[in-house]
Amino acid sequence: MTDAIVLVAAGPMSSVQDRGRPGWLRSGLSAGGAADPVALAAANVLVGNPADAAAIEFTLSGDTIRVEANAVRVAVAGTAPVTVDGAPAPAWTALHLVRGQTIAVGRLAVGARGYLAVAGGIDVPPLMGSRSAHLKTGLGARLQAGDVLPVTAAGRTDGPPLGLDPAALPYLPLTLRVVLGPQDDRFTAAGLAVFLGGAYRVTLDADRMGLRLDGPPIEHADGFNTISDGIAPGTVQVPGSRQPILLLAERQSTGGYPKIATVVTASLPTAGQLRPGDTLAFRAVTVGEAVAMRRAQAAALASLPGRLVPAVRDPASLRAEDLLGRNLVSGVTDGRP
Amino acid sequence: MSPESHPPQSPSAPRIRPAGDAAIVVAFEERIAPDVLARVAALDVAVHAAAIPGVTETVPTYRSLLVLLDPLVTDADTVAAAVEALLHRGGPPAPSMPSGRRWRVPVRYGGAHGVDLDAVAARTGLGADAVRTLHAGAEYLVYMIGFAPGFAYLGGLPEALHLSRRDDPRARVPAGSVAIGSQQSAIFSVGMPSGWHLLGRTPERAFAPERGDPFLFAQGDRIRFEPIDDATFEALAARAATGEVVARLEDAA
Repeated sequence: MTDAIVLVAAGPMSSVQDRGRPGWLRSGLSAGGAADPVALAAANVLVGNPADAAAIEFTLSGDTIRVEANAVRVAVAGTAPVTVDGAPAPAWTALHLVRGQTIAVGRLAVGARGYLAVAGGIDVPPLMGSRSAHLKTGLGARLQAGDVLPVTAAGRTDGPPLGLDPAALPYLPLTLRVVLGPQDDRFTAAGLAVFLGGAYRVTLDADRMGLRLDGPPIEHADGFNTISDGIAPGTVQVPGSRQPILLLAERQSTGGYPKIATVVTASLPTAGQLRPGDTLAFRAVTVGEAVAMRRAQAAALASLPGRLVPAVRDPASLRAEDLLGRNLVSGVTDGRP
Repeated sequence: MSPESHPPQSPSAPRIRPAGDAAIVVAFEERIAPDVLARVAALDVAVHAAAIPGVTETVPTYRSLLVLLDPLVTDADTVAAAVEALLHRGGPPAPSMPSGRRWRVPVRYGGAHGVDLDAVAARTGLGADAVRTLHAGAEYLVYMIGFAPGFAYLGGLPEALHLSRRDDPRARVPAGSVAIGSQQSAIFSVGMPSGWHLLGRTPERAFAPERGDPFLFAQGDRIRFEPIDDATFEALAARAATGEVVARLEDAA
């Protein structure tokens, strides 16, 4: 019998995600992949996987999963309560589960997405170089109760349980860093000032494709129709509504609304944690600053395996602000890992 | 011209702008026209041939080339300088598109597969037969693949068929739809909402993820449509469902 995990109950929007499938944008397919690669890396590192191994990405609320393998290591990255066979268990910690046990992940206290990783990775068949579901395209699908996900059950199941301090994760703050353009010349000076000075709220129209935002209207310089061209990751476009749309992992490959700015890659994991009702702002940086942020973030992620510590924290003492929220809310890291 | 001198900057010299820290955009003129496409396509070919370190992929469109890069390996300034050098080296704009492949794509026009054929016939004042003949008689150039996976925007629509889009977009247009909107035609690769007029449907799958090469068409390909009947549509659709390519590739002239 194939080792597997079985979805007993699925969260509202869960799917298998890895780093996605870059390389097809010229054919109209965006890379997709984890909406928050930092949290994906945290979950994977906890169970000894490569940072971008395939895991379950859940949205707002997690899944209930039964283990159909002799022994597996599982870890949850996210601010959600976790139980194993009904007993509280810690997130941000590798858990050793055996056949027949059930892990249930509840609602996230902060952020939009969490990840459940299994040692060895989720072993659904890769398609076009990735195991990621690309929901907008119909590659893979949203997970549902009854789904059986093969696992390889590789990886360590011995040793003390290891944990990770989520406050050490290299998130940038909720004031998303942007490089202005490539079509900032399609906006008036007043429009640009409003964009950089205003607070924008995430509307209900928020998914893996992008976030429609609501805030001070942004004035175009010369209408809002351009001839469609390619859309980079993190593009902020402003259609005729004058309200910005931040385009994320499953964005369309091309578009004809003026592109006022591009969220820098180091801020995209934070953007992937935005949920309806959250408020954000934009701050312009130079390309050089953006590259430095990205490289610092990559270095911090590469150092995560060395930051694993024996898990001692009583899960009952976990508070949301100890978790992902610390960085997201206070912005103390401000670009530093 | 001495080897050191650069060609004079024309008013339409492309503009290079960063798109965040992981891409640059090389923007040509803001119009949809084969000569602009040709310049985009020529630069696309040159960028691939140059194998610039850290460049990961490119997206050629109507009027610009998006060049994606890995900021852990390189940066926008370095890539922009390399692209700038290619633009100067390239000399005058390419006169025409690099020669793409030539396809014959089967289409069942009208009926349940082309629900707007009669409306288009009425709006244009042409009969349904004339619309079919006009649409199938033209040669189309794949202007770009974009918006959705494998979605092919086609230039070359006869002027008599230029029509503004529908006032009431459909919530879902089936994959394979062959449609017209404004001055272009298109082959829909996946089901999606659309306000374009549906003339017919091809049994071919422009996006078939299980194929070794999942995408059939590319910018610069040329396409002619071949009217088929219902029985042929069903037979070809059954073959396409197995992954077979049912559009025909014509020998290069």
